[in-house]
Parts: sequence; structure tokens; C-alpha cells
Amino acid sequence: MIFLAQSGGLPGGTALWMFLAFVAATLVITYFSAKKSTGSNAYFAAGRRITGWQNGLAVAGDYMSAASFLGIAGMIALNGYDGFMYSVGFLVAYLTVLLIVAEPLRNAGKYTMADILAYRLRPRPVRAAASLSTLTVSIFYMIAQMVGAGTLVRQLIPGVSYEVAVVGVGILMVVYVVFGGMLATTWVQIIKAILLMSGSLLLSILVMAKFNFDIGLFFDSLKSISSTTATGETVTRNFLTPGLIFKNPWDQISLGMALVFGTAGLPHILIRFYTVPDAKTARSSVVWAMAIIGLFYIMTTFFGFGAASLLGPDHIAAHGGTNMAAPELARVLGGDVFFAFISAVAFATILAVVAGLTISASTSFAHDFFSNVLLHGKEHRPGEEVRVAQITAFVVGALSIGIAILLGPKINVAFLVGLAFAVAASANLPVILFSIFWKRFNTTGAVTGLVSGLISSILLIAVSPDFMENAIFPLKNPALASIPIGFLGAFLGTLLGPRDNNAEAMYAELQVRGNTGLGAEKASAH
Amino acid sequence: MSDPTPEDLTPESASPTDVAPLGRQGEKPSHERTAEEEAGTVPWQAIADDPAFKELLIAKAKFVVPMTIFFVIYYFTLPVLVGWYPEMMSREVWGSVNWAYLFAFSQFIMAWIVAFLYVAAAAGWDKRVSEILGRFVRL
Repeated sequence: MIFLAQSGGLPGGTALWMFLAFVAATLVITYFSAKKSTGSNAYFAAGRRITGWQNGLAVAGDYMSAASFLGIAGMIALNGYDGFMYSVGFLVAYLTVLLIVAEPLRNAGKYTMADILAYRLRPRPVRAAASLSTLTVSIFYMIAQMVGAGTLVRQLIPGVSYEVAVVGVGILMVVYVVFGGMLATTWVQIIKAILLMSGSLLLSILVMAKFNFDIGLFFDSLKSISSTTATGETVTRNFLTPGLIFKNPWDQISLGMALVFGTAGLPHILIRFYTVPDAKTARSSVVWAMAIIGLFYIMTTFFGFGAASLLGPDHIAAHGGTNMAAPELARVLGGDVFFAFISAVAFATILAVVAGLTISASTSFAHDFFSNVLLHGKEHRPGEEVRVAQITAFVVGALSIGIAILLGPKINVAFLVGLAFAVAASANLPVILFSIFWKRFNTTGAVTGLVSGLISSILLIAVSPDFMENAIFPLKNPALASIPIGFLGAFLGTLLGPRDNNAEAMYAELQVRGNTGLGAEKASAH
Repeated sequence: MSDPTPEDLTPESASPTDVAPLGRQGEKPSHERTAEEEAGTVPWQAIADDPAFKELLIAKAKFVVPMTIFFVIYYFTLPVLVGWYPEMMSREVWGSVNWAYLFAFSQFIMAWIVAFLYVAAAAGWDKRVSEILGRFVRL
């Protein structure tokens, strides 16, 4: 605590204006870089120029959300080692993506998760179920972003309540994404990823400067972190000790399952692999993404544990709470300008992820459900599908804003995103795997798999300790139970449903496509 | 390259690769065709039955399956050890750094190494794929 220069009141006007200036500058840079690659002629050239590392940055940009930056930092700052488990899981998850799903999915050459399922199976029921699960996962993910944005803005503008901040920022973001559209680009994600990496690096360097760049001294300082408990006692804990949040070891296992198997079922990450020309580029972009994401999560050590050591849990709780540890650390170490910069980085991070989520959720609904299920693939009036997509975006936005307000600012956003991963792992991963690797898999299995994974994960979250007193289900994250239920649902549904000879006959074709890329959609075709 | 949807009504986004185009006037865009509608364009079954293709699948499985089992076990060893043996994992190794942190950190290195090995192996598969396809279709 001796390092703490001073803990003034809430940041006043300077920080806010600097923040707005940084956000505006980011948007202008994005606008001009994006503009350079617009237009169908320029596009074909630009499309071929999107290299592995560029798409890798974009994947990283799509992935590192409010949860990674604000959530993990806060979790580590308040409870130490257990928060770092999120960092590890978020990276190892990419091995599942790289080794198992990225290339077959890219080679089957489809746009949404529903497209690959509908390819071999009967399209209408499968698309209906898949779009339902895409919407649900996106909403869960979006709630976390809204909570993050709300707490951030509340810290920047003194006197604004959390509720007003969430509604204001939430509406602004959704309007911007729906009418601007521009944000749904590779470039936003690339620029945001670069900003986030440089912001985190600066923050880490400032932290280490306080310890004279002595790693040993840094870790020594983590051994006795004092904080005040709910009952008012002061306790001193070693923040490098595991088990400060997860008292039950099964909680660790369940969270690990959600993280490692969930990424491969996240709709807004999967669509990233359709933006590259071929499977080879998809592969190299995952590797680049892993390099970038890995470095980022290693840095959570410095700014997460650094916040615990330099500020202390009590200070963080009093200055914005769990989700504000990183920006608050920036304010104390670098003053209002650095605070404004880090807040702007966090804001750009959230905006970019909200854009990706809104686009993947609303196009999935408009495209898979509205057009292909309700209208049998024929549009009645021109522009109808676009309007449905826009309305969906507003509905998804409104739902996330509402739930974010109900949950309040004290809930950690990394924890919330962990739940989205659990839903994705339980509903989407089983059917993606079965449709790629199991010949006998049929339409009934796809629908029962999606629905059972979806319902079981949501029900178990609703009766878990964080959402219910005297919880029926003991674990914070449902993955340990709901992933097996999702697999079982898909498996039993397949066996009980009628054999689909057509789907089985098409399996040879899917195998050839998946493994060779023959007939794959070229990224530049659209 | 003829685009079956002449006017893409997707809200203007700088690089139109992100999402499926919305709105439709003409026939289905190619990514939406089902397997049935695409049958007969390529000798899928013949390729699937080709011995070299089958060997490729086996070679891939021989790498991917053990690697997946390895990384899943390596990863879950971490929550198992810190969950059930917190005292052992809290033992210090280097200064104040304990086994729990060191093992967590090693996961990053493990992930990078597995990814590197996969890319190296996949380069070999790419060569076999182009050899197989060369015999069936004009690329």
C-alpha cells in the first residue's frame, strides 16, 4: 500500500473529455482503414491481402472482450490465483478450435453454424434450433459487455447511476452497430486488438516499474494482501494460493470444461473462419491469434495481481468494484490521461465485441430462422430480411440491457462470460462434432442435442449458487453437468430418431470437403 | 465470378466478408445449397473411397487424437491439483512463485508448442491433399 500515491475522489471532467477524445480518435482511424478496403473492386484485391496474422489479430479482437480485460483483472485483483484460471482456460480453448473444428468448418465453406448443420440434415428444424442457441449464447455474452460498459461509464461521469449508464451506453452501442454497420468489420477488431495489447503492455510496464522490474519482488508482494471481509474484519491472504474463490474443486473442473470446450461453439468466433480464403489461412490465423491472446493473458498476471498488490482489494471495491480494477490501476499509476486512455481501450473493446455479437445474432435469426424457416427461403418483399435483422439486434440489445440492470454492477464480467461459454459448449459443440465426425448423426439428434444442451445449461445456471439462495445445483458454472447432457441428447436423439439415409450418403462428401477443402466457398465470393 | 444476389442488402460494412449477405432476389447463394443440390458436380464418393484419401484420414487421426487427449489431460491436471491438493501446489519453487502459478504458466507454453506441432504436421497433410485432388479434379 505504500506505493499508493493518493486515492482522490471520483475522476472529474478531464478524464471524461480525454476519454471521449480517445474514443473518437479510435473511430476515425477505424473509419479510414475500413474505407480503404470497401467497394467490391477494391474488395477482391483487399480480400486476398487479408493475411494470416491480420485475421489472427481480428480473431483475437473478437475474442478478448470486457471479460478478458476488465473481468479477469478484477477477479485476480480481488481473489488472486483463481482468477488466473480464466486466463489459462481462455487460451488452451484455442487448441480445441485449432485441432478439431477450425479446418473442417472452414472447408465445408459455410457462413453460420446452422449452414454446416443444415448441409447434410433437414434444413428447417436444424436452422430453427441453431438460431435459437446462437441468440441465447449471444445474449449471455452481451450481458457481460453491457455490465462492463455500465460500470465503466459510471466511473467516468460522476453522479450517473449504474442503471442510467447501462441503458444509455447500451442503446448508443446498438444504434451505432445497427445503423453504422461499419463496425462489423475485420478492421475494427484489428485496431481494437492492437490498442488492447499496447494498453495492457503499458499498464504492465508501469506496474513492474513500481517493483524496479524485479519479478521476485513483485511476487513477494503478493504473499500478504490485506482486505476487509463482509463482517468488517481485516484478513491477510497469500494471493498466489489457489482456492480463495473456488472452495469446491468441482467448480474449477466445471469452469475449465466450459472454457476449453465453449470457444469452439461460440458463433461470433466461428464466423471469423469464413473470412479467410482457405483452411491453411484459417489455421495460421488461429496460431497468430494464440500468440497474441497468450501474451495478453500472461500480462493479466501483471495488471491483475499488480492491482491487488498496489491498490489492494478494499480500494478496488470502493472505486468501481470488481470490473474496474484495470482502469483504476491505470488512474493511480498514470493519472487521468492514462485512466482515460485505458477506459477508451476498454470501451473500444466492448464496442467491437458488441458489434460482432449483434451481427452474428441478428443475421443468424434473420437468415436462418426468418428466411429459411418461416419463409422457406423466399423473401416476400425486398429488404424484409434486413429489417428483421435490425429488429432482432434491438431486441437482443434490449434484453441484454434489461438483464444487465437486474444483475447489477457487482457481478464480475469474466464470470458472466464463463456462463456464455458453458451454454455454447453444451448446446453447440456436441452437434458440431457429431455432424463432422459421426456418419449416423441425423436431424432428430441435432435438434435434441441443441435443445437439451441449451435448456439444461440455462436451468442449471438459474438454480446455481450465484442466482439462488439455497441453490439446488451446487456449482457456479453448469458445464460439468450440461455438456454431458448436450452430448447425451444428441446421441439419444440420433438413435431414437428415424435413420436418415440421405444424411448418411452425404457423409462421404462432407468428409472429402472437410479434409481437402474441395468445393469450399472462396472468401472472396461475397 | 457471378454473384447470384445482385444487390447485397447487408447493412454496409466495410469488408463484406463478415456475415452472410441478407436479402435475396435470385437463386440461393452457393453457401446455402444443400448437399443434394450440389450432388453430381464432383466425384465425392470416388475420392472418399480412394486409398490415399483413407490413409490421409488415418494419418490425421493418428496425430489429432493423441494430441487432443494429451492437451485435455494436461489442462485438467491443473484444476485437479489446485482443487484437491492446494497445500502441495502452494509450495514455493522459486522465490515466492509456487507450483500452482508455475503449472498454470506452463499451460501457455504447452498450448503454443502443441499449436506449433499441429501446424508442422498439417503442412504435410496439405501436400497429400493436393496430390489426391490432382488425380480427380482439375484444380
